[in-house]
Amino acid sequence: MLEIKNLHARIGEKEILKGVSLTVPTGEIHAIMGPNGAGKSTLSYVLSGRDGYEVTEGEVFYNGQDILALAPEDRAAAGIFLAFQYPVELPGVGNANFLRTAVNAVRRKRGEAELDAVAFLKLARAAVKRLHMKEDFLKRNVNVGFSGGEKKRNEMLQMALLQPGLAILDETDSGLDIDALKIVAEGVNALRSPNFSALVITHYQRLLDHIVPDVVHVLSAGRIIRSGTAALALELEAHGYAGLEAA
Amino acid sequence: MSASMQAIAEQKYKYGFTTDIAMEDFPRGLSEDIVRRISAKKSEPAWMLEWRLKAYRLWLTMEEPDWAHVKHPPIDYNDLYYYAAPAAPAPKSLDDVDPELLKTYEKLGIPLNERAALAGVAVDAVFDSVSVATTFRDTLSKSGVIFCPISEAVREHPELVKKYLGSVVPVRDNYFSALNSAVFSDGSFVFIPKGVRCPMELSTYFRINARNTGQFERTLIIADDDASVSYLEGCTAPMRDENQLHAAVVELVAMDNAKIKYSTVQNWYPGDANGKGGIYNFVTKRGACRGKNSKISWTQVETGSAITWKYPSCVLLGDGSVGEFYSVAVTNNHQQADTGTKMIHIGKNTTSTIISKGISAGKSENTYRGLVKILASASGARNHTQCDSLLIGNECGAHTVPYIESRNSSAKVEHEATTSKIAEDQLFYCRSRGLSEEDAVGLIVNGFCKDVLKELPMEFAVEAQKLLAVSLEGSVG
Ligand SMILES: Nc1ncnc2c1ncn2[C@@H]1O[C@H](COP(=O)(O)OP(=O)(O)OP(=O)(O)O)[C@@H](O)[C@H]1O
Ligand SMILES: [Mg+2]
Repeated sequence: MLEIKNLHARIGEKEILKGVSLTVPTGEIHAIMGPNGAGKSTLSYVLSGRDGYEVTEGEVFYNGQDILALAPEDRAAAGIFLAFQYPVELPGVGNANFLRTAVNAVRRKRGEAELDAVAFLKLARAAVKRLHMKEDFLKRNVNVGFSGGEKKRNEMLQMALLQPGLAILDETDSGLDIDALKIVAEGVNALRSPNFSALVITHYQRLLDHIVPDVVHVLSAGRIIRSGTAALALELEAHGYAGLEAA
Repeated sequence: MSASMQAIAEQKYKYGFTTDIAMEDFPRGLSEDIVRRISAKKSEPAWMLEWRLKAYRLWLTMEEPDWAHVKHPPIDYNDLYYYAAPAAPAPKSLDDVDPELLKTYEKLGIPLNERAALAGVAVDAVFDSVSVATTFRDTLSKSGVIFCPISEAVREHPELVKKYLGSVVPVRDNYFSALNSAVFSDGSFVFIPKGVRCPMELSTYFRINARNTGQFERTLIIADDDASVSYLEGCTAPMRDENQLHAAVVELVAMDNAKIKYSTVQNWYPGDANGKGGIYNFVTKRGACRGKNSKISWTQVETGSAITWKYPSCVLLGDGSVGEFYSVAVTNNHQQADTGTKMIHIGKNTTSTIISKGISAGKSENTYRGLVKILASASGARNHTQCDSLLIGNECGAHTVPYIESRNSSAKVEHEATTSKIAEDQLFYCRSRGLSEEDAVGLIVNGFCKDVLKELPMEFAVEAQKLLAVSLEGSVG
């Protein structure tokens, strides 16, 4: 379970999150929608521990543990995964090598045995196939020269291999073609279980056709201004945020 | 830095132990008498002693160069020991080698016992001023390859040594080459006869152990027509508070269609986090591509030493000959590196490739200095140079000093240079996937160096990758 209580955060002098409260019970998938610049990506970075984001007030618990004091890598080991809105390129770093290093780092921290190259490749190849990615994906350098959609799929590949307990997807659907959108959704749905929860940040209802959320929140100007069922997303699709903010 | 942090930082140099063994050394300081004693110790013929004495007298007239981008207190050449060797008589075979020495090399990851040795790699182990063991000599001699300590080659193969020694790096080339020529103590000699592909990887492992002792290694490798060889050198030293001098000369000669691949993994003690101690590594390395279509390829991974001053170069005499220089130089804390290459194009259609990756962290200074010189005779010559610098933190420096001189209008010279920092978003991306900050830096740095690391013999590439990560530990955060 993820519990965010009255979270305030700023970048430099600028306060971006102004008291976000929200709870995602284990097993549920929540969507976060909201206008550009509302603070959605900021929230995802604060949850995963990026430097430069100062929490001035509030608390975040994941499965009862206060995570704000943890380093990003320890949050990853605790099971938190962020699919980046803008995945980062790592020149010269092979994708397979990166993935195996990541998987083994997390396994080590969790006290599990590391995977050898053969065992890992078997898992990775199967995941690549499930995500309908090209075979050479594993051989290429991390995100270098990947198309926008390929980068997003690569995030999903990482998620599939890291098997998180909490996935935060920051606009993973942006820039995806219709088939890719379905594949990403299948990837998330495949992880659905009583032990998995997700925060899905998106601007579009169409993703939520495939990943049906338990709750939809609207984040605007650093606060959650509405929460509701999946129907809320349809309402937003029809009327935009303008009406909401007035309300 | 707290005392415990510093202790951790220093532990990271895992080769810093000393070997406790009875040693014989000459009195401190340099004189004609010391030169004579070194020569006598090695039972050298008169011509070799003459050569040394000439070099010594020349050295006395020379001045230490000051153009490199490095700073150090003046070196008192009369305060050094010029010869130190295990006191026991030279071993006749591996079975006679002092067990303490065998243990030392075992600890360094270089087992000298042939059964335990890395498959396919023959090793010459140089400890302070002498070679203590050379493995697989019998196997090699079956194919006609000579691989032995240079002191032995002076006695056993004088015609070859006389012909080639100093023919690529003349005694008077520079201050350190003159000094080395006067006092060199040991190093390796390799001769690959016509048409032979050396059946094993050859390597020399240099270890400085004794206190206040300079190591003056001398290496000479000759590949005759159509011959080829791959050679690797490794270097380590104990952690000591004072600076120690390593002034080597390496000469390579490649005849028609011959190929020499020379790889270095240099991991001399770099000094502590405050810049105390460490090796001064002043090295002259040069290869002559004398024959047509010959090829000399230098690959270096330089992570150690307090100061590195080194420019492995190629003289491309033979038509169609090829020179390559692939370099990774890492500096951290207070290390200083001024390194690069010279490619001298003389023959027609000669080509050279330079790929240099400099990584600076801490308060270190890292300079690439390179010369590409195309003589009027070198029609159709081509060079491609790629120099990339990566900065970690805000207190280090990276400098690129390329010199290009072309006297032939048909020559093509390309130079590209980049400077970048490890981006915060790259580090965060890796860490959000569970990598520690140091592993993240290691991964990104290895990615940055990939084009060079892939040139190393496979057995050593993995070792080099680990070394890069270790050298940069503590450089972020
Ligand atoms: N490094 C920064 N320095 C200053 N302001 C920043 C920084 N990063 C983000 N901001 C500001 O914080 C606000 C929230 O940004 P954030 O990226 O969280 O929005 P978002 O809701 O994800 O928007 P979008 O839908 O466009 O992705 C914006 O006004 C943005 O300009
Ligand atoms: Mg965003």
